[in-house]
Amino acid sequence: MKSATGDAGEFLAELPDFGTIEVTTPVASLRGLSVRAFLANRLAIAGLTIVVAVVAFCFIGPLVHHTNQITTNLTQVTLPPSLHHLLGTDDEGYDVLGRLMVGGQNSLEIGFAVGLLAPLFGTIYGVVAGYTGGALDSLLMRLIDVVLAVPTLFFIIFIGSVFRPTLVVLILVISCLSWLSPARLVRAETLSLRRREFVQAATVMGGNTTHSIRRHLVPNTFGTIMVNASFQVADAILVVATLSFLGLGLPPPAATWGGMVAQGVTYAADGYWWMLWPPLVILVLVIVAFNLVGDALRDVLDPRLVSR
Amino acid sequence: MTAYLVRRLLHALVVVVGVTIITFLLEHLLPGTLARGILGPHSSTAQVAEFNRQNGLDHPLVVQYLIYVDHLVHGNLGRSFRLNESVDTVLAQDVPKDLVLVGPAFALSVLLAIPIGVLQATRRSKATDHVLTVLLFGFYATPSFAVGVLLLELFADKLNWLPAEAPQSTTVGGVLADPAGLVLPILTLTLLGIPLFSRYMRSSAIDTLAQDFVRTARAKGLPQRLVLLRHVLRNALLSVTTLVGMTLPGIFTAGLVVEYLFNYPGTGLAYYDAATGHDYALELGITLVVAVAVVAGNLMADLAYVGLDPRIRLAEPK
Repeated sequence: MKSATGDAGEFLAELPDFGTIEVTTPVASLRGLSVRAFLANRLAIAGLTIVVAVVAFCFIGPLVHHTNQITTNLTQVTLPPSLHHLLGTDDEGYDVLGRLMVGGQNSLEIGFAVGLLAPLFGTIYGVVAGYTGGALDSLLMRLIDVVLAVPTLFFIIFIGSVFRPTLVVLILVISCLSWLSPARLVRAETLSLRRREFVQAATVMGGNTTHSIRRHLVPNTFGTIMVNASFQVADAILVVATLSFLGLGLPPPAATWGGMVAQGVTYAADGYWWMLWPPLVILVLVIVAFNLVGDALRDVLDPRLVSR
Repeated sequence: MTAYLVRRLLHALVVVVGVTIITFLLEHLLPGTLARGILGPHSSTAQVAEFNRQNGLDHPLVVQYLIYVDHLVHGNLGRSFRLNESVDTVLAQDVPKDLVLVGPAFALSVLLAIPIGVLQATRRSKATDHVLTVLLFGFYATPSFAVGVLLLELFADKLNWLPAEAPQSTTVGGVLADPAGLVLPILTLTLLGIPLFSRYMRSSAIDTLAQDFVRTARAKGLPQRLVLLRHVLRNALLSVTTLVGMTLPGIFTAGLVVEYLFNYPGTGLAYYDAATGHDYALELGITLVVAVAVVAGNLMADLAYVGLDPRIRLAEPK
């Protein structure tokens, strides 16, 4: 680990010399270097492993562990863990292990969808604002300031109190409120990138705006976007959890981890620990995992922070 | 400096006006009308029309907005139909109670997060840093309500040390008269705040530690303790000002959940009740006050930053 990062420092110190001679080689090897540095980060590997394992658990698990997660079974409520129900049953008779998988599918789908949509829209918005500049930029940025001034949860509660929450509604609402930070980040990067020599060179050589944006600006902000996306996944899963607690989550029989935790905490005093701890542990694990991955990506992609 | 101040104030004003437009539009364009909310689902069309006429809801949206702004300028935030009280009264009652809850929690979490972040930065990529990172991520990753409920379970239910419900008094004096009831809500908010701040402190301290002046300080033989105290901590305090502005929306969000959980009658709980009860005036009023608080917080943070950092203060503004 030490040697890998050490190499990175030396390599980056020499970058400008390479840059004037051959543009493509250092960029390509920098990418390879980033992958190596990422793999050398043990916490990042742990995070990635957890994510992959949990995704497999949620999406492949139900093929092995068949449970009824649609109809309640009131003769089998709040049974403690046994051989028949490895993690017991909840207050409606659902098998908790099976529900963790089904609920995980919903939580992960919301997380991944928001993690895709929010940075995507944010990037387009940010690049347009940063590249155009002037009055349009000011207008677009003031709009972001306005939406950011109202806490996200306030908006979501308001919209959630009007629309009946479904998977798609939740994804759209959370995405609509999550693109602001990537938009700001991408705009800031675009502002500095569009003045760089290689972008100006492309313009001088006759490349139009679309070309500059597609070939030079967006690829160079990709690191920032990736980092942001991994945090967005985690935050979206948490927001859904909070909404479930406030009674604005997915209605039954649908489940999410957050909803299971919210249901579990109402029985916290009754000793039904198997209703609270399994979803809470898996929720915390996954969110920590996404944050570890995001943090590692940021460390890898920010050469200033390479440890010396 | 004056030019910057004027520009920054104008900017803040534009944002506040923008917030009034957006919240106003949201309230009026989304389904679920005020009239049905007040008169009930079985009200006749004629009753609804009469209600709308009486309350000026039959005017075009632009006119309604201008009337709303006119009232705002005169300090009238409207009337809550559900509580049958003016929004001003509700806010005057609830906002001070929020400050009692959020103020100490915010101060405590910043005071605890600074040393944690600096410690992590100095032990960067060592066991201490990793353990603290995972621990703090764990807190960050736990849904806020779960943190609150687990604390309730432990301190109120099992140990029976503290009451489970926050003080219910309508006045600040009454709330302060029952400090035991405030402990759990404040503790919950503090625990939720620490990971937010310490993460930021860690990266800010790492940035500072990599600066040339820190290397110089070390090279001239300054012991680590003094390097941290005189150079790193001072710069860290500088970034705390930015932090105050940045995290305000998050604090209101956490405040809402904690108020709901401990049944603390502040603006967060009032907002939740207003939103689920279609109490538009109160919703708008609270949203506006929160947004103004966020904008004002950011403004003050920016100004404090300019005042504190000589590099920015002395630089010639463009």
